[in-house]
Amino acid sequence: MRKFLLLALLLLSPVVMAETPEEKGLAIALETDKRDKGWQDSYAEMKMVLRNRHGKESVRQIRVTNLEVDGDGDKGLTVFDEPRDIKGTSFLSYSHSLEPDEQWIFLPALKRVKRISSSNKSGPFMGSEFAYEDISSFEIPKYSYLYLRDELFNGMDCYVLELRPQYQHSGYTKSHVWIDKAEFRSQKIDYYDRKDSLLKTQIFSDYQQYLDQYWRAHTMTMQNHQNGKSTTLQWDDFQFKNGLNDGDFKKNDLKRQR
Amino acid sequence: MAISRRTILNASAKISAFLVITCFGLCRAAAVELSGYMSAEYRYSHHDALFSSSGQHNPSMALAPEFYTEWDNGEQSLLFSPFIRVDGEDAERSHADIRELQWLLVRDDWELRVGIGKVFWGVAESQHLVDVINQSDFVENTDTEDKLGQPMINLSLFQDWGTVDLFVMPYFRERTFVGRDGRLRGPLVVDTDAATYESGAGRHHLDVAVRWSHSVGDWELGLSHFYGSNREPQLLLNSTATALIPFYETMHQTGIDAQYTRESWLWKLEMIRRETSASTFFALTGGVEYTFYSVFDSDIDVGLISEYLFDDCDDVCRTAFEDDVLVGTRLTWNDVQSSELFVGVIHDLSSEDMAWNIEASRRIGDRWKVSVEGRFFNVDTVQSVLYPVRRDDYIQLELARYF
Repeated sequence: MRKFLLLALLLLSPVVMAETPEEKGLAIALETDKRDKGWQDSYAEMKMVLRNRHGKESVRQIRVTNLEVDGDGDKGLTVFDEPRDIKGTSFLSYSHSLEPDEQWIFLPALKRVKRISSSNKSGPFMGSEFAYEDISSFEIPKYSYLYLRDELFNGMDCYVLELRPQYQHSGYTKSHVWIDKAEFRSQKIDYYDRKDSLLKTQIFSDYQQYLDQYWRAHTMTMQNHQNGKSTTLQWDDFQFKNGLNDGDFKKNDLKRQR
Repeated sequence: MAISRRTILNASAKISAFLVITCFGLCRAAAVELSGYMSAEYRYSHHDALFSSSGQHNPSMALAPEFYTEWDNGEQSLLFSPFIRVDGEDAERSHADIRELQWLLVRDDWELRVGIGKVFWGVAESQHLVDVINQSDFVENTDTEDKLGQPMINLSLFQDWGTVDLFVMPYFRERTFVGRDGRLRGPLVVDTDAATYESGAGRHHLDVAVRWSHSVGDWELGLSHFYGSNREPQLLLNSTATALIPFYETMHQTGIDAQYTRESWLWKLEMIRRETSASTFFALTGGVEYTFYSVFDSDIDVGLISEYLFDDCDDVCRTAFEDDVLVGTRLTWNDVQSSELFVGVIHDLSSEDMAWNIEASRRIGDRWKVSVEGRFFNVDTVQSVLYPVRRDDYIQLELARYF
């Protein structure tokens, strides 16, 4: 009986059933995605610390609200609090898997809402080492997947996957992602530039679990190996299932963000 | 005759001062959020003035705080943002205004704004034809992007088929003009205290407007109609031919604006039809903006902008842009200091006249920002509205502290 149960578990688990490295990679990605479904909407505050190669720091403060969209990319509303000269600037994004995202920005000095091009995937977000594509919502069709190996990272047993962007305008040829086997959380990502040389490493830490399901890293550090600069994101005050809906993510909503 | 503009300004300054003091008091007591900036500016004019006694050096300072408080779970809020400038040369440029003093009520499918507010309509960069709600604060900047606060009631209705905005504006704001000691003016000063209106109600004419706007896929669309006093006055000679008098006609203006966004392309179009008792005219701005992102593997974005400006106003209203082209480029460094540079030129196709515009800015530390603005005129056509300011080229340095 016990043996039978074990066999059934093995059969049900897509990770173990996968045969080729591609299938295994996809199965791990699907499991990662599945475990983060159902949060509906989320709110968080983020402090961004930019460091140049001499260690000089610069700080940004933003608030991010997201809406989970079934079968498509999430909707996101970002409000900038610091630096003070861009206070009140807000940014709305409807992300999509392979189609271009829809994006609007509100410029408070002119009270102007402007639809902007979303082709800028690889450019720096607010002068940081995070590119727009690094902070956009994760969707399965955005990448192709390849399982590379198992490896220990910070004492955690991890899968290492290779992801290759399938969307246009990416600044990367590929990235390598370390996902822990216990909870399917990203622990580390190596990004390779268009010339296929190592560009950046992102480390995820201070994971906390919310609503008994959703793991969120409270610290993310991006180290650029080519220019010596780094950026740390410190996330705080996560809130889920606030009862938000489509109506809270319209371009009209940009104008009254504070 | 109604109250003079100077009285209004004084009143506005006093109300601002009172509210600022009250707000600073309240800030300590309640959850009032304070932000804003103060700035020092120095403007250097390349040539001696043609018409005024003002020199080539013009220092100036401005203060623009913003007070904000919300309650009722954020569904109600109050915003107050006064503006005060003290100018070293021109008494008319020393002025105060309440940019915003607005109560906002937010509901699921509608919003109500009551008070003094600021609204932007449109998509173009070179000029803002459909943007008709707020009066331009012309002494601040001749690019018409600085606006005076407009008293209004604004109801926004959100539907699946778009947003409908309804406006009722019970009080008219007169355009500000450079005074005797200012640059960027013609031989005659505009006597703003002597402004006249086509409407018997004068500045108390009840202006109304409605606008529909919607996002459909790659399209941003807007359709608007305005009825009320034209924000752009005609300037008439006074009886002694010693000054110009602003005359505000009553007008109907219908506007259409559209933007199509595809890949790195933005396609833009604004059109208006303006009808007054004296004339009807049509104007258009259309063009493209294309951005090269991360050029040569750097972080720099290079945007190219080109717009065509047209109106069939002929010599009746003597607008600056009857048949002109804007060509410009915007460089964005995407660095820690958010460095930006815009260089553009508007070229009159029927002559060789050109007006150059340079704008650059860069943050210093977390709280400071330095900006440079330059305006240069190559105008030889005597009939051009820009002819009087042909010797008013300037370059301006501004240092702002944000709080």
